[in-house]
Amino acid sequence: MPNLDYLKISQGTVYDPANGIDGEIRDLWIAEGRIVDAPTDPSVRPSRTIDAAGLVVMPGGIDMHCHIAGPKVNVARKMRPEEKRRGVPMPRTSIAHSGTMGSVPSTFATGYKYAGLGYTTAFDAAIPPLGARHAHEEFDDTPCLDKGFYVLMGNNHFVMQSIQQNEPQKLKAFIGWLLTATKGFAPKLVNPGGVEVWKSHQAGNVSGLDSDVDHFHVTPRQIIRGVAQAAGELGLPHPVHIHCNNLGMPGNWHTTLDTMQSLEGHRGHITHAQFHSYGGGNGDENTFNSKVLPLADYVNSHSNITIDVGQVLFGETTSMTGDGPLGYFLSKIYGGKWFSGDTEMESGCGITPIKYKNKSLVHSLQWAIGLEWYLLVNDPWRVVMSTDHPNGGSFLAYPQIIRLLMDRTYRQDVLKTCPPEILQRSTLGDLTREYTLNEIAIITRAGPARILGLKDKGHLGIGADADITIYTPHENKETMFELPRLVIKSGRIVVEQGEIRDPLIGKTLHVQPDYDHDLEGSIQEWFEKYYSIRWRNYPVDSSYMHESCVVK
Amino acid sequence: MAATTESTATPPGELKIVQDATCTFCGCVCDDIDLTVQDNHITEAKRACVLGKAWFLNHSIEDRPSCLVDGKPATLEAGYDRAAQILTTGKYPIIYGLSDSPCEAQRVAVSIVDWINGTIDTTTSVCHGPSGMAFQGVGEVTCSLGEVANRGDLIMFWGSNPAESHPRHFTKYSLMPKGMFLPNGRKDRTCVIVDVRRTKSAKAADIFVQIKPRADFEGLWTLRALAKGIDLDPKVVLRDTGVELAVWTDLMARMKAAKFGVIFFGMGVTMTRGKHANSEALLALTRDMNAYTRFVAKPNRGHGNVTGADNVVAWRTGYPFGVNHSRGYPRFNPGEYTTSDTLANGEADCGMTIACDPMANFSQPARQHLSSIPYIALDTKETPTTRAAAVAFTVATYGINTGGTVYRMDDVPIPLRPAFDSPHPSDFEVLTQIERRVKKIVGITS
Repeated sequence: MPNLDYLKISQGTVYDPANGIDGEIRDLWIAEGRIVDAPTDPSVRPSRTIDAAGLVVMPGGIDMHCHIAGPKVNVARKMRPEEKRRGVPMPRTSIAHSGTMGSVPSTFATGYKYAGLGYTTAFDAAIPPLGARHAHEEFDDTPCLDKGFYVLMGNNHFVMQSIQQNEPQKLKAFIGWLLTATKGFAPKLVNPGGVEVWKSHQAGNVSGLDSDVDHFHVTPRQIIRGVAQAAGELGLPHPVHIHCNNLGMPGNWHTTLDTMQSLEGHRGHITHAQFHSYGGGNGDENTFNSKVLPLADYVNSHSNITIDVGQVLFGETTSMTGDGPLGYFLSKIYGGKWFSGDTEMESGCGITPIKYKNKSLVHSLQWAIGLEWYLLVNDPWRVVMSTDHPNGGSFLAYPQIIRLLMDRTYRQDVLKTCPPEILQRSTLGDLTREYTLNEIAIITRAGPARILGLKDKGHLGIGADADITIYTPHENKETMFELPRLVIKSGRIVVEQGEIRDPLIGKTLHVQPDYDHDLEGSIQEWFEKYYSIRWRNYPVDSSYMHESCVVK
Repeated sequence: MAATTESTATPPGELKIVQDATCTFCGCVCDDIDLTVQDNHITEAKRACVLGKAWFLNHSIEDRPSCLVDGKPATLEAGYDRAAQILTTGKYPIIYGLSDSPCEAQRVAVSIVDWINGTIDTTTSVCHGPSGMAFQGVGEVTCSLGEVANRGDLIMFWGSNPAESHPRHFTKYSLMPKGMFLPNGRKDRTCVIVDVRRTKSAKAADIFVQIKPRADFEGLWTLRALAKGIDLDPKVVLRDTGVELAVWTDLMARMKAAKFGVIFFGMGVTMTRGKHANSEALLALTRDMNAYTRFVAKPNRGHGNVTGADNVVAWRTGYPFGVNHSRGYPRFNPGEYTTSDTLANGEADCGMTIACDPMANFSQPARQHLSSIPYIALDTKETPTTRAAAVAFTVATYGINTGGTVYRMDDVPIPLRPAFDSPHPSDFEVLTQIERRVKKIVGITS
């Protein structure tokens, strides 16, 4: 391939856990946006060589659970001018747009800041299908990242109706159709069944996996099992992404364990596990404690389950969720402004500002519980770093989390600033495990790529997307990870030491599963009866994607 | 963004049917209109309301130049050059309007304002801007219009007259539909209208409450107090609201008894005494009601894509309207960066208006100042604003001649299905050409 335009990263210390490379000095050759073999002809020279001697080279970071685009994120932007006014200004440059920060940055700022941290791929975790077009429009204005989103399905009327009528084939076809129509990536269940109850009752919700969802007369357990099975049969790269029932409630760990068991061996991802690992009496904050130990035990012994953490960091942020009743619950606790938005046939949404304080026993425990999850799951391939941005804190806190995991002295120092009761109510004080750089590479890129079924991402083998981050090593891992030396996306240098160099838009990652098109007629019939827009105007066409990438 | 440029031409004489076309006349954004098109004319607009029919059937291509510079016909190229020169020469450039443009064009407008360190504002600032500010104070409990159709059993309209402003509102979304949980449609719903005058909508009401002019705030707070069970003095209530306490008490009992209550509100709330305080009271009342039952509120937005403008400006800058970039990054201050103010205060020194007519509806000082500065105007037709513009572009009409995306008043994005081509460029195209030149002048290299 003599005519190729090569970029070479020379002599970097490479961490590529998917290919068993743990800190080896290597050269990487890049052409046409991918990692390629070194040219066999020794006279072929790269157009550019990056001298990475002494630097750490990893695949680009992958955030598999964040809220960065679409209806609810944009509502939060509109709702919180006060934190943007106080935030760090993001002026435009001669190549990059301006933006605003705060807990919910504007689209351009989101892309630039993710890339600035060495992240090259991100997934929005909760898009109502009716708002899919909106999410794609924002993605088109969110540079430097490949992006995709999960489609809210856990309270979808067609889903519940097919389960109630025991029609798994219809359910399977519907999931296939919905993912195709929205150009989405994976099915997402948010408080399955609970949001529907919220829509029809004051402070309504389900209380556990066997609660009845009125009108449809199905249970959360049936929804989880039904969708997991159908998604498995559709052969989706990431079958089902689950936000369990009872988020944030003392004693909710039973529900979480129940949810894991209800998968009955099907692959499933439990998201922001931190918010679902609480012991204590029902609604009683005084007995609040950590139950990560038994849950992590279950995860350790069941390879069908993966989790991301949803780490809480101290400070002010915005809670945003597809879990309508949770939004109501949080707004009553914090007493601030509250947004709730119900979407016909599909989903709900709750948004409210929150502040996590290290002086608060509950908040400190949430912080500790997040860290316990990282430290108690033995297999780093099945635990993923997330803050559930911006719910637990901003994605900008990832370097701080890395330091907390790699440096137990620092961890103990922060622990000392928290109420001492934490030591009795969680195991964090006893955990001495420290993450290695290789393990960090797993929980921030290689692992999420594998869990998402992204074969071309999260590794640096031949044929992989040339999404690469180069770090300058530093004793303080927060320092090391917060300002990468270089970030390469699709073979192009997008960020150099925090400065945007090439604000390319990035691809949209979505799926196109095979499903039974003969069943579309029954979907259309249902759709036309109850939706307020036309069937023909519902699907998102390819003109909304800057660059489409179908993941198989 | 292919949708904005696709050709819609049909051979002469041939009849074309465009199914499920989207009407952008009002915030209802009905997307079920079947258009019959013949020889660049729409001859039928099935299912459209009286306003929609007028919008589609009366549409004809303006027989005027696509570009006028200083009132004289000019080439588009000359217009683009002059426009870029105007926008980059001033110290306080403003861009205003956007609510009758598709999101694709709105995005380019926000890009331009970023490159020129300008100020961007939309017609939101003169309609539901106060609701946007109230939202920042208390939030909002709301839903999509299909939720209203399927669940809303108590439908209230406050300071809003949909019979005239949103004619299909009742039949399509709020009163008549047989919803999933309301199988008998209108019979399963109670309609309450609160207004200062007996509007045409009042006929649709089961209960009409006529409040004293400029007493919306008092009426809303009376309900808030009653919701909490606070005793009120009947004389004071009657004096302050013009309505007997017993009427308010009865209304509150119905609101609490509803399974899913909805308050639609209009500019009768936002543009009368109290403005954002009225909206805030209404949003707070809705929120309070969720302690007893499910209750939501929704502003009845006017222009076809004013909701899209709010969204686009918000996702790109973080703020919904009235955004200033003079320091190189977005800042928000309604009352300062809103266009009626930048003009009336004599601050703006050049500008661009897109699909709006400030020369027809702004205050005298604002109009006077606008006519004294060089500005560019994009509109589908000649208006007082295009007449006084240094550069005027006649653009194709969105939803009839060009595609793209619009957001319904409940933030649901809907695609456009254009009926036939226009000889005039789309606003997306004009803005893209201007942006290209602006970038070159300012030195933007991406």
